[in-house]
Amino acid sequence: MINEAPILPPMGTLGFLRFAWRQLTSMKTALILLFLLAVASVPGSIFPQRGNNPLRVNEWIAESPTFGPIFDTLGFFDVYSSPWFAAVYLLLFLSLIGCVVPRTQVHWRAMLAPPPPVPRNLLRLPQSLEFEVGAPANVVLERANTYFTSRRWRLVLTETSIAAEKGFLRETGNLLFHFSLILILVGVAVGGLFGWKGNVIVREGQGFANTLTQYDAWGGGRFTGAARLSPFSFTLDEFNVDFERGVAQRGSPSLFEADVTYRRSPGAVAETTRVEVNSPLAIDGAKVFLVGHGYAPHIVVRDANGVVSFDDSVVFLPQDGNFTSTGVVKIPDSDPQLGFQGIFVPTAPANNLRGPVSTFPGPDDPTVFLSAWRGDMGLDAGAPQSVYRLETAAMEQIGIAALRPGQTWALPDGSGSIELTGFERWASFQIAFDPGKEIALAGAILAMTGLMLSLFIRRRRVWLSVASISQGVTVVQLAGLARIESADLPGELQLIRAAVSDLPDIVSEKTATDV
Amino acid sequence: MSATALAGASNAAVYASMLTLTLAMVAFAISFASGRRRSGLTQSQVPVVAAVGSTAVLTKPTLDAPTEDDAGRKSANIGMSFTWLGFVLLLVGVVLRGVWAGRVPWGNMYEFSISAAVGILGAFLIVSLRRDVRWLGLFIVIPTLLTLGLAVTVLYTEAAQLVPALKSYWLVIHVAAAIICAGAFTLAAATASLSLVQARAERRGKVGVVKVPSAEKLRTLTYRILAFAFPLWTFAVVAGAIWAENAWGRYWGWDPKETWAFITWVIFAAYLHARSTVGWRGDRASWVAIAGWAAFIINYFGVNIFVNSLHSYSGV
Ligand code: HEM
Repeated sequence: MINEAPILPPMGTLGFLRFAWRQLTSMKTALILLFLLAVASVPGSIFPQRGNNPLRVNEWIAESPTFGPIFDTLGFFDVYSSPWFAAVYLLLFLSLIGCVVPRTQVHWRAMLAPPPPVPRNLLRLPQSLEFEVGAPANVVLERANTYFTSRRWRLVLTETSIAAEKGFLRETGNLLFHFSLILILVGVAVGGLFGWKGNVIVREGQGFANTLTQYDAWGGGRFTGAARLSPFSFTLDEFNVDFERGVAQRGSPSLFEADVTYRRSPGAVAETTRVEVNSPLAIDGAKVFLVGHGYAPHIVVRDANGVVSFDDSVVFLPQDGNFTSTGVVKIPDSDPQLGFQGIFVPTAPANNLRGPVSTFPGPDDPTVFLSAWRGDMGLDAGAPQSVYRLETAAMEQIGIAALRPGQTWALPDGSGSIELTGFERWASFQIAFDPGKEIALAGAILAMTGLMLSLFIRRRRVWLSVASISQGVTVVQLAGLARIESADLPGELQLIRAAVSDLPDIVSEKTATDV
Repeated sequence: MSATALAGASNAAVYASMLTLTLAMVAFAISFASGRRRSGLTQSQVPVVAAVGSTAVLTKPTLDAPTEDDAGRKSANIGMSFTWLGFVLLLVGVVLRGVWAGRVPWGNMYEFSISAAVGILGAFLIVSLRRDVRWLGLFIVIPTLLTLGLAVTVLYTEAAQLVPALKSYWLVIHVAAAIICAGAFTLAAATASLSLVQARAERRGKVGVVKVPSAEKLRTLTYRILAFAFPLWTFAVVAGAIWAENAWGRYWGWDPKETWAFITWVIFAAYLHARSTVGWRGDRASWVAIAGWAAFIINYFGVNIFVNSLHSYSGV
């Protein structure tokens, strides 16, 4: 427990610094900073965060042109990497270090020091008792000594008394807990600086090699170079998914697994495995997680002469829980350029009034709704374009149609046709390398150990003094001191009394006198 | 037993438990109302040492309210019996639900809620084995009934398979810890709130609510409960992080659910600090304990229902 000294007026720069430091490392400041940390975490759960959902952030800002940019400047969309959030936790950890280091010194000295001597009047302590034992004083002391040493109390013995102390692990645990918090922070920092994380979509039958260019999105820490990517590769052989068909939770996935063949390096032997939601594939410290899936309609486009100008499966991105998915097909080489915007629904609605919205995530009635465009899709402007978006500003819509597998749509301007031959599935993988996570885990385990020591171990002192009143009869005074939470000290004193009186354990007798 | 029979039996057990708990609530309320003001309240913090012959008898200070009139005691006992019965019935309901679904009964909010209610009652009943906490019964049965009422009306869903992300033994560990914490946090919020009421009465020189221990004893009890629950909550959060690493490739992503788990943790850490900070030990620490419980509840209801999070399970 820390009692703050009265605060004196600061003197000079050094005096002020010392004053500031003392304030920062006070218990009250720690408390305030903990509250601040709790409050500062809240906005990140209310506003969408760039790290989790960048699209939602852009929508949010677009929908509210006045407040969006203001909140953005304030960092509400990147709360956990914002300067003010960092300020709170860095101050807290600074305070933590400033608090724990001196306490470690004090604790170290306390552990080396002998227990404090027996107070003059033991019976004045709040928890004390006096009783007679029918044995000589030295026998009583010997029994007490045995009791304490067998339970590993720290002792100071004199001719007529024993001072005993136990429970130093409480403070040790507390210090361990606080230091381990620093270790967790180090683990997080190492992960942030040296780790990387990328996402990639792989169609059935297609492969992936772990190089930067193959990722759809990739983010790494300051000290992660592309050189650190280990040279593994894999192909998605088959992706299996099944959905709940019962009334309850209809449409939620009941099976979700990817069969892959992988190689640790380009020349290595091929191995096969199954990646599921809770069982990633671990290669070289990196882990491959299955995080999502979707449909890739297979589309064939022919020109007016029937020559195939496009023949591939196209990744469509799911927009809702029933996998209504959107995607585009671009034929930049035709003249003028040809493009299609598509909506793929795995299960088309029974009545067409509901429009192109899927009613079940499984492929019960797969249909693609297409809108064909002709004109300039703006590829020459130089700016990189998303493969999921068609720039229609300089294009003209030439028609719309709905296709089921095997159906062909002859384009209304007579310039060719488009066919839906079927669909494949794709799976999205998150591939992550986090060299700090073991450090963080070690910190967490140590912190929990320290926490339990700190909360469950009771620090207490017991003094015992003996006085002979006649041959073979000794008066024993016994007293203890503990923090208020350790109200079981009376029970412990009773145990000691039983031990020195050489009585059978009388703890049960005590309950009888309980109110 | 066929699936429909199992489903029916599980629901019947939950309803029977609610009925029993309602009776318990009435009994506790009667016991509460029948109290008279205690005169000359003696609540010794210090054990009484009485000399009996040559040895001394030491009596342990208790956390119990010392005196009670007979009628009140009788209905409090009836309340305890009904609470036990309600607990057993609810446990049966949860287990049957698990048998029906063929998995741990923690796949959706209905199942979490009835399990959390088991947690609240269980935490209370375990404490009641060690000390007399009949006075707390009313404040435990009411939140339990509210939880169950919400579960059977708003949150009810038929059993279904777990979504793949939930198929993990970390689910069992993580959720079991969280359910016990739900019970303990609720218990602590009840004792902390009562300590505020008592402290107010004591400041005005009144006895406070009869049958309820002094503010100081309530604070100690709150601390004991939270000293048990905080490490468990720490464990639940760490287990959740390990599970998240396994399922999503990162152990911490500031998902709203994770964020509120963190906020809950920080507030309870602040509570433990407040207990050792000058000027914060009394009512303020109690308020912090209540705030921690509120964060837990926000995480449970608010985030599951209103926020789009990785942890939002289908079927609410
Ligand atoms: C990241 C920030 C911190 C967290 C999460 C934290 C958490 C905790 C927790 C959970 C406890 C109770 C468990 C135990 O007794 O070991 C505790 C106790 C304690 N903390 Fe911290 N702490 C933090 C920072 C600090 C700072 C900055 C100080 C110093 C000003 C401090 C001083 C103490 C002290 C003295 C105790 C012992 C209280 C007692 O004896 O009951 N802590 N802390």
